[in-house]
Amino acid sequence: MDALISFLAAAIVAGTPLLFATLGEIITERAGNLNLGVEGMMLMGAVMGFMVGLSTGNAALALLSAMIAGACGALIFAFLTITLRANQVVTGLTLTIFGSGFSDFIGQDLVGKIAPEGLRLFFRPYSIPVLGNIPFIGPVLFRQDAFVYLGYATSILLGVYLYKTSWGMNLRAVGENPGAADAAGVNVTLYKYVHTLLGGALCGLGGAYLSLVYVPALQEGVTAGRGWIAVALVIFATWNPYKALFGAYLFGGLDIIGFRIQGLGINVSQYFIDMLPYLVTITVLVVVSMRKSKEKAPPKGLGNAYFREER
Amino acid sequence: MIMPMTIRAIKKSEPGRVKAAFIRICAIILALIASSLFILLLDLNPADVYMKMVQGAFGTAYRTRETIVKAIPLVIASLGIGIAFRMQFWNIGGEGQIAMGAFAASFFALYMSDLPRPVLLFLMVLAGMIAGGLWALIPAFFKAQWGTNENIVTLMMNYIGLKWVTYLQYGPWRDPKSLGFPKIANFTDNAILPKLFGVHIGWVFALLLVVVVYIFMNHTKKGYEIAVIGESINTARYAGVNIKKTILIAIMLSGGLCGLVGMIQASAVNNTLSVEITGGVGYTAIITAWLASLSAPVILLVSVLFAALLEGGSYIQTVFGIPQAAAEILQGLILFFVLGSEFFVRYKFILVKKHQMADRHKITVGEEVH
Repeated sequence: MDALISFLAAAIVAGTPLLFATLGEIITERAGNLNLGVEGMMLMGAVMGFMVGLSTGNAALALLSAMIAGACGALIFAFLTITLRANQVVTGLTLTIFGSGFSDFIGQDLVGKIAPEGLRLFFRPYSIPVLGNIPFIGPVLFRQDAFVYLGYATSILLGVYLYKTSWGMNLRAVGENPGAADAAGVNVTLYKYVHTLLGGALCGLGGAYLSLVYVPALQEGVTAGRGWIAVALVIFATWNPYKALFGAYLFGGLDIIGFRIQGLGINVSQYFIDMLPYLVTITVLVVVSMRKSKEKAPPKGLGNAYFREER
Repeated sequence: MIMPMTIRAIKKSEPGRVKAAFIRICAIILALIASSLFILLLDLNPADVYMKMVQGAFGTAYRTRETIVKAIPLVIASLGIGIAFRMQFWNIGGEGQIAMGAFAASFFALYMSDLPRPVLLFLMVLAGMIAGGLWALIPAFFKAQWGTNENIVTLMMNYIGLKWVTYLQYGPWRDPKSLGFPKIANFTDNAILPKLFGVHIGWVFALLLVVVVYIFMNHTKKGYEIAVIGESINTARYAGVNIKKTILIAIMLSGGLCGLVGMIQASAVNNTLSVEITGGVGYTAIITAWLASLSAPVILLVSVLFAALLEGGSYIQTVFGIPQAAAEILQGLILFFVLGSEFFVRYKFILVKKHQMADRHKITVGEEVH
């Protein structure tokens, strides 16, 4: 039982960077923008968050700069695809290449450094009164670090925003049918920009969690493909922030299962276990696409630039 | 009365080729200027850096040969990826296809090394192409059958392919004679591609393939069908194109060319199989294919220029101590500018008075009613 609790708690920690990136991409795709630069934006957030955290020792400033870094990456994407209507797929890929170059370059002198003591203390696990004492659920969900709680809050806030507010409704309209949204008086370009930038900021946060809390040190390519798994998780979560919570923690579990299996003395090559998250991602995508239904379809305007004159 | 004026973008009926080329060249120049600012930030003289880059790529016969060696995999992989992209099938799986092609070719090189050289090399080419093609066929099958998102699947398969090669390198294929160093044994001489004019014969393959792919894409029925699917899947369906079959064939070819790259790199460049075999070519080829607007002859040109950028990039790295990552930033900047420039190729700008805009809107609304 204790082993299961510690495994589930660790799965949530490992899933948290995935959660932020997935939520970021959900909000981006809801605006009709398929930004494949998640990996790049995460890396930019990881390095900027770490750099500022290291020099100031201030957690709030570190997270803020990670968000700004991610949003800057998203701004490049937004300008090229929304204003200049460039191809979203290729622009996103380029953003990933650019972001990984940028983070390697900025972070070259910081690689291998450990996150400062003050920050690690700030992000140490903290048991929530009462909730933390519930058997089983308490130690799994409510004895975590502040970042994990921020993840819960962000999913719920985004869910409420998307389904319960008029802005959220407008956003969904922009993603489904920008022409109709425009005719109804919604500022399509503004909505696309704001949500793409917000999505980038969340991806940046996901990266910062890796470098500041999870590892906690700066490594080259610290994301190791998590940005891409997040893009797949968006499909898995059917563009729904609540389901993203579940998907991200499930994949967090897959990420760490390798160590646990070997701990149990089962002899499987590390390299095959490393393949697991990718194999499961493929399986999930195939299964989701096999049983296509209307509510599980992507926003209809996804991937296309909106241009009023070509409506 | 002063009329308020605004600038409006409207779609060009037909972009002129000369003008399009001019705009793209302007974009590259702008990208170089933006990169100069970046180089200035590093406290270096941009003109100096660019000069040294050109020297690093073409300064001596040896460096020119090295640039060509770098260009060969880029050309072939870009051709392969270009076929998929023409169909709007986003094959990001070049890395995995290269790795699996290299793996299959290496199998013959390591375990059937006593075959006569031409037979062995032929088998290696064939094995590399088939393995790369089959690796690409998996996502293509899912796409054709259920419309599964190929972006993610091809990408996930990169990681799986590379893990597989890592497994071989650290596990069953590890050379016991390498004394604890995790590497696979070097190929024997008859598994290594011969040289022609000082560069391994892959350059002949690359040139031939440029011609073959050009003819295939522009002058055969299948090539045309691939382009039609890319333009509009509905048009293709109404025109009676067998969509599933065409997707499978095109992606098999796309992956096959990437697999060939794996064979060439393993045989002629590395003389063995290792995790580093792909060298990021699968990703770089996406950029070069797109910069070349997926046209085979232009791919040749762009790939050579990009190889020069890489080779020159590693030269300035040693001369000025600029980190490798700077080259990635430069690549990204160049592509951002070219991507942005497409807008100016496709649209033109006109000045209109505000009230005319309103009039025009009324007219279009009126037309829609009819």
